[in-house]
Amino acid sequence: MSILTRAPLLFLLACLPLTPGHAQDLSGDDMRSLDGQVQEIKSDVLSIASELNNLEERLLYPSNTQVAVFIELPQDESMRLDAVKLEIDGAMATHHIYSFKELEALQKGGVQRIYTGNVPTGDHQLTVTMLGKLKNGDDLIKSGNFSFTKDVGPKALGITLSGSGPGDAGIKVGDW
Amino acid sequence: MIRVPFTSIGLLLFALLAPSPGQSEELKDLYFGEALYNAHQGQYFEALERLDSEVRQYSDVDEPELDTLHFHINDAEFALGDFELRYRMHHRAGRAITAVLEGAVDATVRNDAAYRLARIHFQKNQMDEALQALGRIEGEIPARIRDDIEFLRANIYLAEQRPADSIEVLKRLQNSDNYRGFAAYNLGIAYLRAGEQQAAREQLERAGQLKTDDPAELAIRDKSNLVLGTLLYEAGNFSDARPYLNRVRLDGPFSNQALLSAGWAAASVDNYERAVVPWSILAERNTTDYAAQEAMLALPYAYGKLNVHGRAAVHYGQALDAFGAEVEKLNASVDGIRDGRFLEALVREEIRKDKDWVIRLRSLPESPETYYLMELLASHDFQTGLQNYLDLADLRGKLVAWQTGFDSFEDMVDVRQTHYEPLLPDVDSKFRELDSRMRLRIEQHKTLVKRRDDLLTMPRPEFLATPEEQALSLRLEQIETQLKSAHSPFDASLQERMRRLRGLLIWTLETEFHARLTEFDKHLRALDVAMAELDGRYKAYVRSRQAATHSYAGYRKPVNRLRVRVAGAIEDIDRLMARQGRLLETVAIDELVARRGRLQEYRDKARFALADSYDRATQAQARVEGP
Repeated sequence: MSILTRAPLLFLLACLPLTPGHAQDLSGDDMRSLDGQVQEIKSDVLSIASELNNLEERLLYPSNTQVAVFIELPQDESMRLDAVKLEIDGAMATHHIYSFKELEALQKGGVQRIYTGNVPTGDHQLTVTMLGKLKNGDDLIKSGNFSFTKDVGPKALGITLSGSGPGDAGIKVGDW
Repeated sequence: MIRVPFTSIGLLLFALLAPSPGQSEELKDLYFGEALYNAHQGQYFEALERLDSEVRQYSDVDEPELDTLHFHINDAEFALGDFELRYRMHHRAGRAITAVLEGAVDATVRNDAAYRLARIHFQKNQMDEALQALGRIEGEIPARIRDDIEFLRANIYLAEQRPADSIEVLKRLQNSDNYRGFAAYNLGIAYLRAGEQQAAREQLERAGQLKTDDPAELAIRDKSNLVLGTLLYEAGNFSDARPYLNRVRLDGPFSNQALLSAGWAAASVDNYERAVVPWSILAERNTTDYAAQEAMLALPYAYGKLNVHGRAAVHYGQALDAFGAEVEKLNASVDGIRDGRFLEALVREEIRKDKDWVIRLRSLPESPETYYLMELLASHDFQTGLQNYLDLADLRGKLVAWQTGFDSFEDMVDVRQTHYEPLLPDVDSKFRELDSRMRLRIEQHKTLVKRRDDLLTMPRPEFLATPEEQALSLRLEQIETQLKSAHSPFDASLQERMRRLRGLLIWTLETEFHARLTEFDKHLRALDVAMAELDGRYKAYVRSRQAATHSYAGYRKPVNRLRVRVAGAIEDIDRLMARQGRLLETVAIDELVARRGRLQEYRDKARFALADSYDRATQAQARVEGP
C-alpha cells in the first residue's frame, strides 16, 4: 500500500530538528539583503529621534526652567508600587499608575522619568504621594513634602520609594 | 542525518541575553538608569536612543572621570551592544562590542566582550569569525559566563561539522547548572555526527531520563526520547523504539510526532492493534498538524489491516471530509494573503500584545490559517523578515507621530515670536541705557577695590583725605605758589605758618589713616555685596533676555531639516515594507501551497482507500451472509 511505504519518510522528516526551511531556500539572500537595509534605517531613525528629542527639550523645557523628576526603588524592595502622585508648589504635576512591566523594570534597577516640566528659578515645594501594597498584603499610602531650589541649570530630582519606615520615611528626594 | 538543534540553540541564546547590566551595583547615572528602565520593558528603541546619546556625550566631555556615567561606562557600552542586538541591529552591536574589545580594559571585561562578539557572529552564521572571537579569550573569565562560552564553543563546532571537538567540550558541561539538559542532548547529537551510534544512543538515553520540572528541559527530554526512538526505528529495532517514543509526554511539543512514530513502530512489526492506540489519539487532534493529518490516514489503514473495513471506511470518510475542509481553508488563506490581509493582520497592535499573537492571528476575521505557517514562522530567516516588517511598521508609526508634531512646534515658535518681538526693542533700549550706567559703576567699583588693595601694600594717607581736607590741601598749595612769587617781607613767617598748617594736615591724615582705611574697607565691602547683587540681577536679566530670543529663534531650520529627514525615512520605510511584505507573502503562500498539495494528495489517497474499504466491507458482508 502506497501510504505505508511513504509514511516512514514523512515520519523521519517530522523527527528532524527544526532548521531554517523554505524561507532560507527560497529567499534567504533577499531576506538578508533587506535585513541590512532595515538595520540602516533603524540607525537613521534613531539619529532622527535623538535630534528631535534634543530640539523638543530646548523648545519645551529650556534649561533655565527645566525640572525633571525620576523614580527609583531601592535594591531588594519587596513592596508593590501601584501609583505615584507629584505636586509642585501645590499644583498637580503628574500622576502615574504602574503596570506590571513598569514595576518589574523599576525592581530590576531601572529609573523612571516620571515628570519633566518648567519652574522658575528659586525655592519650590514638592509633594510626593505613593500608593501600593506591602509584602504582607497591607495597603501602603505615604506622602511627604520636600523643598528644592531651582538654579539656572536644569534640575534633576531623584525620588527613592520604599515600603519601609514610618510616615514619609520611605520617600527620599535628592539631587542627581 | 540529524542536524544541529536550532531550537535548543535558540533557547540558549535567549537565556544568555537575559542578564541586565548595572543591576547589582548602585546606580550613579540617572540616564543610564532610564535606559535600563526602557530596556527592561522591551522598549529597545527608546533605551538605545537614551543610552546612545549619553555614551556619546560622555565621550565628548573633557574630563569624563567627573561624569556620573564614568562609574558605569563598561556596563553602558556593553548594554548598548546588547540593546542593539535585541533590537536586531547586529552590525552596530558588533561594532560597539568590538570597540570595547579593543579598548584598554581588564581581562574580565575583554573576555566578556569577546564572548558577546562571538555570540553575534554565531547568530549571523559566521562560524569562523565566532571562533576567532572566542580565540581572543585569555586570562581571567567572569564565572557567570564560563559555561556560556563553552556551550557556545560546542555549538560552533557542531555547526562547523567538527563533532569530535564538540564532544570534548560538551562532556565537560554535563554537570553545568545552566546547560544540563541542552548539553546532554547536544552531546548525543555530536556523537551521532561523529558516527558513534552506540555512544549516541547511550547519551540520548541519559538525556531522555533527565529529572526536571523546567519546561525547557522537559522539552529537551522529550526531544531526546523522540530522536532515540527514531534512531532505533531506522535501524529496524521497532520493538526497542517503542518505549522511548512512549516516554514522550502527551502534552509536550513533540507529542504528535511521538504518537505517530509509536504507531509506525507497532505497525512495522504487524502489531496493528497496538498501532491503533496512538493513532486514534492523534487523529482526534488538530487537523492542521502534519502528524495528525498523517494519522487520519494511518488509522483506517490499520483498521483495514485488522479487517475492520467498515470502521476503516468511516475513518477514511472523515479524513476525506477533513482534508477537503482544510484544502478550502488553505485556498481562502492563500487568497487572503494575496489580498494583503496577512500583512494587515500582522501589524495590528491589539493582537501583538498576546505572547501567542501569531497563532491568534487566525482568530481575526479573514486572516490566513496561521497554524500551517508555524514551522515557517519558526525558521530563522522568516522570523528575521517578520520581525523586520514589524519593526518597520513600528518605526513608521513613530515617524508619522513625529511628523504631526512639527506643525505644533512651528505654531509654538510663531506664538512666542509674536509675543516677544514687539516687546523686545523697547526692553532692549531701556536695558542699553541701564547697561551703560551699570558699566560705569562697575568700573568705579573696580577702581576703588584696586585703590584699597594698593593702600594695603603702599599706604598713601592723602588718598583718604576728606573733601574738606582735599580743599584745604589745594588751598595751601595755591598760597604756597603765591608766596613763592610775591617776594613779601613777611615771606619767612608766612612760609613758616604754611609749613605748620601743612604739618597739621599731614598729622591728621597720617594719624587717622588706619581708622579711615578700616572705614573705607567696611564701606567697600558693603558695596561689594550690592555690586554682587547687581551682577546677579544683570546676569539673570541677560539669561532671561537670551531665553526670550532662544524661545523662538533658530528653530525653523532644524525643524525643517527634521521634517525632510522624517519624510525621507517614511518613504524609505514604505519601500522596504513593501519589499519585505511581498517577500513574506510569497514565502507564506509557497508554504501554504506546499501544504495544500500534500493535503490534496492525501485526499486522493483517502478517496481511493475509501472506495477500496467499501468494496472490502461489502465483500466481507457478503461472505458472512453467504450465497
